[in-house]
Amino acid sequence: MKKVINNANHVVHEMLDGLVAAYPDSLKRLPGTTVITRSDAPVQGKVGIVSGGGSGHEPAHAGYVGRGMLDAAVAGEVFTSPTPDQIIEAIKAVDSGNGVLLIIKNYTGDVMNFEMAQEMAEMEGINVDRVIVNDDVAVEDSTFTVGRRGIAGTIFVHKIAGAMADTGASLLEVKAAAEKTIVNVRSMGVALSSCTLPAAGKPSFTLADDEMEIGIGIHGEPGIERVPLEEADRLTTILVNKILQDIDYEQEEVAVMVNGLGATPEMELHIVNRKLSQLLKEKDIAVYKNWVGEYMTSLDMEGFSVTLLKLDSELKSLLVKDVKTIAFQV
Amino acid sequence: MIILTVDKTKDWMKEIQQRMADNKDQLTALDQAIGDGDHGINMARGFHEVVAKINHATYDSVADVLKSAAMTLMAKVGGASGPLYGTAFLKMSLAMQGKEVDQDVFKQSINDAAEGLQDRGKADFGEKTMYDVWKQVSNFLEEEDVEDWHGILEVCQATIEDTREMTATKGRASYLKERSRGHVDPGSMSSFYIFEALDEVLDLEA
Repeated sequence: MKKVINNANHVVHEMLDGLVAAYPDSLKRLPGTTVITRSDAPVQGKVGIVSGGGSGHEPAHAGYVGRGMLDAAVAGEVFTSPTPDQIIEAIKAVDSGNGVLLIIKNYTGDVMNFEMAQEMAEMEGINVDRVIVNDDVAVEDSTFTVGRRGIAGTIFVHKIAGAMADTGASLLEVKAAAEKTIVNVRSMGVALSSCTLPAAGKPSFTLADDEMEIGIGIHGEPGIERVPLEEADRLTTILVNKILQDIDYEQEEVAVMVNGLGATPEMELHIVNRKLSQLLKEKDIAVYKNWVGEYMTSLDMEGFSVTLLKLDSELKSLLVKDVKTIAFQV
Repeated sequence: MIILTVDKTKDWMKEIQQRMADNKDQLTALDQAIGDGDHGINMARGFHEVVAKINHATYDSVADVLKSAAMTLMAKVGGASGPLYGTAFLKMSLAMQGKEVDQDVFKQSINDAAEGLQDRGKADFGEKTMYDVWKQVSNFLEEEDVEDWHGILEVCQATIEDTREMTATKGRASYLKERSRGHVDPGSMSSFYIFEALDEVLDLEA
């Protein structure tokens, strides 16, 4: 394993210090925590928005802190949900009296820790609500309480909720906008290689040179199916078809995201996007906005995910509303 | 008969820490097979923090030691293991509050811990989670005389083996469905180490 690190136990703290050093005007770190907030938090009169999750998904989550998106991001250990005490610090730091919305990805640990933090913050008199993102169609909807995973579609939920909060909307209204996004967003990913956790020192799983893993999550957890490697166009078609089986986007307008998982060159992501735009055109689906890049990564994993968000006039206006963050531009 | 004291409870935590550190790679390998591969890392880190915390504090009761351990696990571990093990130790602590820990109090505390795990993890028995182990240990303690409590380890081992052939429907392994079969649940294994450490310190002969 080759990694540019000092000590596997210090990666999160050292990363956060470096991040704040790079953006001292817009970000601040709450002392003694793993919480990054807007430097002007709490913003008076506005619902606060807090998201977070394990580290290793950079630029998620701190990259989305800023005007029009998140007020705070809480970093956990690598691929490990942040703990309730840290989440509470974030909630307190961004609450201006108008309440706080938690945006959680549907992973067991994330849901438990954010729920516990919500319960504790409510006991202290803070109005807190939550939404759970579950955009990954690789995991079929089921009677299991775990349901689908939350992956790159979470970025759109951050954006829409953040834009809504910026209008001065109430906590209930911000939550409603976030839930509308969740209902309309779907994603699916594929991995060509594993990632390597700094503290584990070896790949989380192994894939032969001629294999790929369809339906991968963002934590190096294995996908749903291991199949022979396909070329980019075929791969893109597999993912899009799976998404379109789940939700019918025909004659709709969509936002599109091609998301790299950490070690896929931009060249390859654009090759995917080329095929994606052709496929959508063939199916009479109009692309309203298109993002290509690394938004929700999985350390050094090779692979990508595709996300589609079905839009109406409200979501469209919120999607393109002014935003100022490190990692997301309109 | 008092079976756990403050000092013995501290020893229990140290024994757990030792096992988690020794078996970090094994737990991580189990988790790499069906989860995200950080269980050993998280458990080793968590119990390292627990021992650091209790070594520097004085406690009036077993309940206080376990509460301290619970809060440390919740605050330092993260993931699903933090809230789950935090909840288990917190429930044990609550069951022991204001009491000396004899076998009845201890049985009750394990029973409450198992129920706490079930609530927090929304798990049922047979879903290939750590709850399976805690539930079986609780059942075992209900039925056995204190002299036979060494049998805890056999119960744990049998339950772990049972999890091998189950299909996971909870936690991250559930995303693999059938592919989770054939792999031991990492949470069951870390729970085994907790009970193995307990067996080491439990004062059954006194």
